[in-house]
Amino acid sequence: MRITLNGDAHELAGPLTVTELLVRLDIDARRVAVEHNLVVLKRELFDRTTVGDGDEVEIVNFVGGG
Amino acid sequence: MDLFTIADKTFSSRLIVGTGKYSSPAVMVQAHEASGAEMITVAVRRVNISDRTKESLLDYIDMSRYFLLPNTAGCYTADEAVRTARLGREAGLSNWVKLEVIGDERTLFPDNEQLVEATRVLVREGFVVLPYTTDDPVVCRKLEDAGAAAIMPLGAPIGSGLGIQNVNNLRIIREFARVPLIVDAGVGTASDASLAMELGADAVLMNTAIAGAQDPAAMAEAMKLAVRAGRLAYLSGRIPRKLYASASSPVEGLVGR
Repeated sequence: MRITLNGDAHELAGPLTVTELLVRLDIDARRVAVEHNLVVLKRELFDRTTVGDGDEVEIVNFVGGG
Repeated sequence: MDLFTIADKTFSSRLIVGTGKYSSPAVMVQAHEASGAEMITVAVRRVNISDRTKESLLDYIDMSRYFLLPNTAGCYTADEAVRTARLGREAGLSNWVKLEVIGDERTLFPDNEQLVEATRVLVREGFVVLPYTTDDPVVCRKLEDAGAAAIMPLGAPIGSGLGIQNVNNLRIIREFARVPLIVDAGVGTASDASLAMELGADAVLMNTAIAGAQDPAAMAEAMKLAVRAGRLAYLSGRIPRKLYASASSPVEGLVGR
């Protein structure tokens, strides 16, 4: 399937849950926030939210700033 | 103890520092320690998907010691800022946000119309909103009315190091502000931080003045002392300004008169 991940097209096998997506991307779920089709997900929903073809996903974390 | 409270949290340090522009994480850690700050700001950005080797900022922040304040820096509309604030809440698990809605790329001055709108939306969603704004008393009042937990007028443009440009506006804002007044941005050196506090600010927020100094840890300590000195001077009640001298030594009993 093809999703838009942080603004870029991304091919991967799916559908899959947000938790599975983070594992596949080697991202520590405790350090990030995820927006799925413009809805910010509570962390406890990562296991229950399915990312499918055509979906838009944003994964953000904290960086240095003032 | 001269404590300082925003919403439901109480701080003993009146210096809030950023995490941007440091030459290395180690330098940042030293500066944070030297500053004595208890609250530090962070930005919310996309994870780099293609390069996962980069370390996380949070590896260098002792979360038991510092309270994280996510910002919405770089957002140009209320919608973007609200979206970023919601993401910051989930990433940091706190409902506090330093709200920035920028209106101009060169000055990084805020778009106050969008800022007030975003404040209303986020307050309704239960956020503790600390908006970065211009030193405009009318806008500060609107932000208070919109439910801001503090107001954060600039001293000068972000990263400019120009110091407090409009002392009188800050004095006016101090007179009416019912929520904490935090001077955010524009500080260049310790005396700027002291001046902000002498004017009655409840706290000062800075990033570049420390991170960009040749010795960030030493500057962080200077800022800690300056904020404390300015606060004490404010509480002590300074003497009025007079145009002419008034002798400190007795005018009676002079030899030979």
